[in-house]
Amino acid sequence: MSDTAMSDTAMSDTVLQAAGVTRLFDVSRPWLHRLLAREQKRYLRAVDDISFSIPRGTTLALVGESGCGKSTVARMAVGLYAPSAGDMRFYGQHLSAARAQAALRRRMNMIFQDPYASLNPRWRVNDIVAEPIRAFSLLSDKAAITARVGALLTQVGLAAADGEKYPHEFSGGQRQRISIARALSSEPDFLVCDEPTSALDVSVQAQILNLMKELQERLGLTYLFISHNLSVVRHMADRLGVMYLGRIVEIGPAETIFRTPRHPYTRLLLEAIPDLEMVGVARTPVGGEVPSPIDPPSGCPFHPRCPLANDRCRVEKPRHITVGDVEVACHAVEEGRA
Amino acid sequence: MSLLDVEKLIVEFPTRRGVLRALDEVSFSIDQGEILGVVGESGAGKSLTGAAIIGLLEPPGRIGGGRILLDGKRIDNLSREQMRPLRGKQIGAIFQDPLTTLNPLYSVGRQLVETIQTHLALSDRDARARAIKWLEDVGIPAARERVDAYPHEFSGGMRQRVVIALALCAEPRLVIADEPTTALDVSIQAQIIALLRNLVREHGTSVMLVTHDMGVIAETADRVAVMYAGRLAEIGPVRDVVKHPAHPYSVGLMGSIPSLVNRVERLAQIDGAMPRLNAIPQGCAFNPRCDKAFDRCRIERPELMAAGRTQAACWLYAEEAAHV
Repeated sequence: MSDTAMSDTAMSDTVLQAAGVTRLFDVSRPWLHRLLAREQKRYLRAVDDISFSIPRGTTLALVGESGCGKSTVARMAVGLYAPSAGDMRFYGQHLSAARAQAALRRRMNMIFQDPYASLNPRWRVNDIVAEPIRAFSLLSDKAAITARVGALLTQVGLAAADGEKYPHEFSGGQRQRISIARALSSEPDFLVCDEPTSALDVSVQAQILNLMKELQERLGLTYLFISHNLSVVRHMADRLGVMYLGRIVEIGPAETIFRTPRHPYTRLLLEAIPDLEMVGVARTPVGGEVPSPIDPPSGCPFHPRCPLANDRCRVEKPRHITVGDVEVACHAVEEGRA
Repeated sequence: MSLLDVEKLIVEFPTRRGVLRALDEVSFSIDQGEILGVVGESGAGKSLTGAAIIGLLEPPGRIGGGRILLDGKRIDNLSREQMRPLRGKQIGAIFQDPLTTLNPLYSVGRQLVETIQTHLALSDRDARARAIKWLEDVGIPAARERVDAYPHEFSGGMRQRVVIALALCAEPRLVIADEPTTALDVSIQAQIIALLRNLVREHGTSVMLVTHDMGVIAETADRVAVMYAGRLAEIGPVRDVVKHPAHPYSVGLMGSIPSLVNRVERLAQIDGAMPRLNAIPQGCAFNPRCDKAFDRCRIERPELMAAGRTQAACWLYAEEAAHV
């Protein structure tokens, strides 16, 4: 009895927990083609057996290059995709069960990458921001809704009067503020942000990142933050997961990983990023490209590009091992070759 | 001796509500073998500057004033026919999206051979050999076998390598690279930047590198020009502009970039956004967002003046400039 009570309190501190989550996409050719060519069905393993948990009030960032599965994780985290295998839990409940209850569903929301595509151009901003309030019947009184929308717009640095306008009257950065206001309107405590600033200019990106941090502090929000930009991630993340070909190769406190990256891929990424501090420094970039996830390499998916790869890496998939407070999936680290 | 001189270049777009100035008296030069980085946010006029130099302004955009000189000869007033032999031979171009730059219906070898033979008098065999050599130089593995492959058979990074080969194969003296790595992943971006830098150093080519990524500029360029609302805000050696920017806009721009090395709790932010072309404020275009603005900034437009180790269009340095 005391055990369950204990785990219940422990669970309520964990907003989202993923255990062995895998997502396959069917990329087979049409049935008749398959039959004629005697082909099997083919699956793309977009996300392969990943596990993480996000404590309340913190930010977990997932980074990786295109095709590494980070956006698929984002979509699974809010229930837009169901996992093919494994378990995703929101406040200790199965995600599908949590999504079925309006009271829990309203506590999660998503901010998308492209503020030009994610706002309905035919709706006034007032209606866009009020949509979640109406959908969850949080307020019924018209005046109360208007007041709430005004307050939300003010909170993200716009004016209440901006609600009368249409999305096209705003710049990219302002539109992303509208997206944030909409995401906050159902009073969620968990936000999934899929590349929220990659469509924005740097000075506007700084405005949005500062705003997101302020809101996190003020409202105690929990973020799952997806980005390909390691400098942005460094600014936002408490914990960091580095993804490669559908797997998390390294996960742990962001500061630790940035200070002492252990996985060769994490090191490559950190090496590869041009930084203002690096004026005039010539580097030798690591060669190769991300292989196709439809036909991933055997063993460790990173071995074709890895300077430390040996025969074991080519055959055996590395398991996560704990080094300090970081989990790494790498044979070289395990054997002390890294 | 500068290879390219741009003098008070004006690019304008006639509209029903009057003529909009997208570039307003932009002046700079690029030396032989020099890499000039051009940075700024969307709409600042970076790409337009490149397009004007290579004579590819999209109508109704037009050059409304100023001069562009390549090797001391004017090229801004040439006709389409006079411009064509210059493009490729004298000025090469690399654009952002490698898929739209390459013709999907021709093999990459054929596209290279066509470009080479247009500009250099070479036989089919020599041109093909040269094409293969270029594919090797840009790091395409098994170039001899892949020369007859089509663009869709290459990955994004490999396509951008082909585009670089295509831009350099007629050995132009100036290359305009407009966001050459923006569509690529970071690990590929580093490869492409290193490749471009090494190739232009080898061939002594001058480059105008247009990008919004300050990190790329910091590692690649010799000098950097910061653009804001169709004007040059600051220009100077890359180290000085990055480490000791003079113009308040450059200061804000550098501060707003999250760094991998030093983590700060809050990024410097410039409030507001760049003005639209039809609402450029009087005086310095940056004055409504500038926390150092004073009366003169709101009335009189600053030109580039000496500011520490760089040149900045900012009245803060008027005193200093007067003493020099």
